Amino acid sequence: MTTIAIPPGMPQYDDVPRYDVAAVRADFPILDREVNGHPLVYLDSANTSHKPRQVLDVLAEHYARHNANVSRSVHTLGTEATEAYEGARAKVAAFVNAPSVDEVVFTKNSTEAINIVAYAFSNASLRPDADPRLRLGPGDEIVISEMEHHSNIVPWQLLAERTGATLRWFPVTDNGRLDESGLTDLVNERTKIVSLVHMSNILGTVNATSRITARVREVGALLLLDCSQSVPHMPIDVVDLDADFIVFTGHKMCGPTGIGVLWGRTELLAAMPPVFGGGSMIETVTMGGSTYAAPPARFEAGTPPIAEAVALGAAVDYLTGIGMPAIQWYEKQLTAYALDALGGVPGLRIFGPEVPVGRGGTISFALGDVHPHDVGQVLDSLGVQVRVGHHCARPVCTRFGVPATTRASFYLYTTTEEIDALVAGLEQVRKVFA
Amino acid sequence: MQLESLYQEIILDHYKHPHGRGLRDAADPADRVGEAHHVNPTCGDEITVRVATDGATLHDVSYDGMGCSISQASASVLHELLTGRGATEAFEVHEAFVALMSGRGQVTPDEDVLGDGVAFEGVARYPARVKCALLPWMAFKDAAARAGVGASPTEVKA
Repeated sequence: MTTIAIPPGMPQYDDVPRYDVAAVRADFPILDREVNGHPLVYLDSANTSHKPRQVLDVLAEHYARHNANVSRSVHTLGTEATEAYEGARAKVAAFVNAPSVDEVVFTKNSTEAINIVAYAFSNASLRPDADPRLRLGPGDEIVISEMEHHSNIVPWQLLAERTGATLRWFPVTDNGRLDESGLTDLVNERTKIVSLVHMSNILGTVNATSRITARVREVGALLLLDCSQSVPHMPIDVVDLDADFIVFTGHKMCGPTGIGVLWGRTELLAAMPPVFGGGSMIETVTMGGSTYAAPPARFEAGTPPIAEAVALGAAVDYLTGIGMPAIQWYEKQLTAYALDALGGVPGLRIFGPEVPVGRGGTISFALGDVHPHDVGQVLDSLGVQVRVGHHCARPVCTRFGVPATTRASFYLYTTTEEIDALVAGLEQVRKVFA
Repeated sequence: MQLESLYQEIILDHYKHPHGRGLRDAADPADRVGEAHHVNPTCGDEITVRVATDGATLHDVSYDGMGCSISQASASVLHELLTGRGATEAFEVHEAFVALMSGRGQVTPDEDVLGDGVAFEGVARYPARVKCALLPWMAFKDAAARAGVGASPTEVKA
């Protein structure tokens, strides 16, 4: 037997950052429960993640001790709430290496964040004096891809309808990768914005964006990356990505529902007209007209989800404490294990990359011709929670000629034993529908 | 929950060996034909149901679609129960099936009315699957209305 020595000076195997998965699991109260008489096997974290006690405690503590509205009170509680809310913004900004805290806009979720950008374009298109980069009309083009979540398709279809611009898209290869072969044609002088998913919620593909970014810069367009599935699972650095906007959502990264993030470059956010009007987003209001606050407040009309934002800050602390590089490595190992294990199930077909490279821990598959609803139902009877359906990415299902898929998705608390339980459950499915 | 109550032998049998599958033209050219295509937007299941009738009798209830075992078996049972029936009687069966599916497992089905449809009693206890079972029946209702029989299409609480 020979062993291959990694040359000194190169990263060694033991250099890989690790964490104690059992200790992490103990932080998540829900992982103790049973489903249909079986221990819970939760393989649906791409849909929503579970929340550790550290986040739940902060959420409860905020309402129990610090509850008040933000940005408008001189009293002590109001000051505490405002500090907690703005503190969370600073944590989120640091988490994605945003150059400025003011580049983080709190939204309801990724969907709202994308819609804010799309409507800012729309509103700018109605104003002749608006920044020309944000103005769209007939002849201009918007580029997305065939592997987008509906939330990164429909807002652009609507924007195209309103402005007369044309919507175009990158196709997907048979292996579930982004087909960049038409890049120079697709992204051209007419392109105003390219909005792409960073990691596909259905295929698991992590898109390499550097060639696209270079082309976007070359033609003077803007780039939005939907990082809903990547921010929870890997270190994300907006400077390194060189995007103009990224969006992500709290509930997929150990935070609560109802809180999401739009990150945008300072000068772009400053150039964007407001989208929602109301309290907190103004500078001054008269009956004759209003002027608007600087970002991020300009895009946060009304009372924001305060406790949710604070708890998202706690989620960021939690993830940072474990270490995003460690989480990324652990999930890469899980993904390799799962691809191997699923590859041994007779009749199973994986949609998306079949190697654990350039992909995350989200795996869609078909089991023979058993409908995914039936797969999911049998798995549920065994305590195994997977998502079935089109995963809000129907064009991907159409691309691969299926109405729906079954999807298993992992997170920092997932274990190889749970993947074994999935594989055993699939055996049961095959028996019922043999 | 017992999986067997959902996947009854009768349901699996209809799924694996569907009765009357495939869209057919009316045998009698004088028949009125109505067709409806329904989708379940959450899962992508689709069904097309076609009704051929002289206004009094449903000469054929044909269908085609893709979907889970529950929706496809339900279409097979729909065909079997309603083809050849008088329109009034057919809608009584329809009503009984919808009542069964909306009953959260509290409705005892009458086998004389519902035939193999009684096997769907267990499905009513799985709220996530009730829509699967109802999909062909809702499409039937629209198709029948377009062929000039039955009430106009209405929403039924699933």
